[in-house]
Amino acid sequence: MSTLVARQQIRARKSATERKAGGLSSAEGWRRRLPLLPALIFTLIVTQVPFLFTLWYSLQNWNLLRPEGDRFVGLSNYVDIFADSTFRRAALNSVLFTVGCVFFAMLLGIVFALLLDRSFAGRGIVRTLLITPFLIMPVASALLWSMSILNPTYGLLNWVIGLVGIPPVDWTSQHPIASILMALVWQWTPFMMLLVLSGLQSQSKDVLEAAQVDGAGWWRTFISVTLPQLRRYIELGVLLGAIYVVNTFDQIYLMTAGGPGTASANLPFYIYQRAFLGFDVGQAAAMGVVVVIATMIVATLALRLIFRSFDVKD
Amino acid sequence: MATETAAPTPPAPKAADPARRTVRKPARRFNSGPILTTVTWVLALVFFSPVLWMVLTSFKQESAAASDPPIFFFAPTLDQYRAVLGSGAGSYFANSAIATGVSTILVVALAVPAAYAVSIRPVKKTSDVLFFFISTRMLPVVAVIMPIYVIAGQLKVLDNVWTLVVLYTSMNLPIAVWMMRSFFLEVPGEVLEAAQMDGAGLLKTLWRVLMPMVAPGLAATALICVIFAWNEFFFALILTAGKSATVPVFLVSQMTSEGLFLAQLSAASVLASLPVVIAGWVAQKQLVRGLSMGAVK
Repeated sequence: MSTLVARQQIRARKSATERKAGGLSSAEGWRRRLPLLPALIFTLIVTQVPFLFTLWYSLQNWNLLRPEGDRFVGLSNYVDIFADSTFRRAALNSVLFTVGCVFFAMLLGIVFALLLDRSFAGRGIVRTLLITPFLIMPVASALLWSMSILNPTYGLLNWVIGLVGIPPVDWTSQHPIASILMALVWQWTPFMMLLVLSGLQSQSKDVLEAAQVDGAGWWRTFISVTLPQLRRYIELGVLLGAIYVVNTFDQIYLMTAGGPGTASANLPFYIYQRAFLGFDVGQAAAMGVVVVIATMIVATLALRLIFRSFDVKD
Repeated sequence: MATETAAPTPPAPKAADPARRTVRKPARRFNSGPILTTVTWVLALVFFSPVLWMVLTSFKQESAAASDPPIFFFAPTLDQYRAVLGSGAGSYFANSAIATGVSTILVVALAVPAAYAVSIRPVKKTSDVLFFFISTRMLPVVAVIMPIYVIAGQLKVLDNVWTLVVLYTSMNLPIAVWMMRSFFLEVPGEVLEAAQMDGAGLLKTLWRVLMPMVAPGLAATALICVIFAWNEFFFALILTAGKSATVPVFLVSQMTSEGLFLAQLSAASVLASLPVVIAGWVAQKQLVRGLSMGAVK
């Protein structure tokens, strides 16, 4: 089965339509654009206008707790946040959560996808079980991990490690980052697994058989035939996963509240803290702008790849 | 496959994962299938066990829920579900249903014409528009939450479920445009040309000819929107209070106000997750396409 959208056919059609579009009158052009406009205008208003406000706030000294109100301070909020060691720590944690989660989820996802890529009794059920963590409400899963699985006194994980003689661990306070990573990896592994599985199932069986006839073992076949074919799927999973995971808030808010202290706060959580608990709108806005710029750098890479996968060209 | 006896032994690193060893076997020995199947089942059950534990806990009495060592065999009770449903969960579920349902309908209504415009009859700069849509999905919401909070306060729409409807629509619209585009691109060109020959207008073409062909894609798109909207917590936490709070906010309120009522919290979690879990189970095949925004079938 072909998986990446039937590209050849699309390219053929696109060049045909574009040839036609080349000689369009402007009235016809606008008639064609018309169906696009409601969605475009809606998106512009709801997403871009607030961001302009954020840019403006970031240039203000605006703390809701101080009576003097807001006044223009130029770039001093930006200077302040880069001098703020908690901000740098939160930025580092953001990278740590994103890279750690994507890496381990992809590793596990590949393992599960390989195990599922053969027919066996109950394959459908196993697949259903494996995708479930992704469907559980993230708030429910964060509470499940922090209160039920990782609880120091009656948590399931401490009971399991106790069976092999390891003393109980207070997971969320001693290892807050590892605890959050566990919940995140658990949630995102199914996402990676589904993408890799699609990639595996798109492999041509002829090539695999040819490799086996040539006497290549499983590992050799995997490394030199399967993995190169999976590359596009793995890249897509890593980048899409990173875009979602970098915005993680629920697990941090509920499992550690960024603590102990600010040890496990990532940028979304720290900005939330500054804005809605510290009421420092100006600085929180400046952090938001920095996060957007950083995200757009990563997203540009992601988009280039997605566009390659979709074969979008102008 | 029988010629596969002289498989070279790979220089496996020390920390070899179990899957590598196990998966290699079927190529070498015929009867290793059952072993591999068992390994797969065991791993899947271990991975699924937190869900199983949540469901088990939800049927316990509170005293059995938080016990050391954990209790696996007990007389199941529906007390916790009764307690959750009796604690006014209904209004939260109603708010979530409105926010999810209405935003999904709006998303589809906006995304279908837009996807039609960028796929079936594209004009120049189409990819710029697609780029713009998807870049809004990548914008961290935390960067726009303050102005949204301030503007909503000035418009007097804080703690209003329709504010969530608007925000969830904008959150899911880019994904829906991309997904619907990928489905429209699969419609054979001849079908469209035939419709145009017949002189059918845009709306008629869209409604009579295209919609039946992309109906499965539409269902998949709606499913993804439902999953994201139902599970959304950040906007709901900041923009709602008692009156318009949604299910995720209800779950959190269970934790903070009731202390350690683990069994009841588990029952609430099961109820909160059930709609999306069932929808995702039913529509597994469409899930991957939606999650990759149409890039992967």
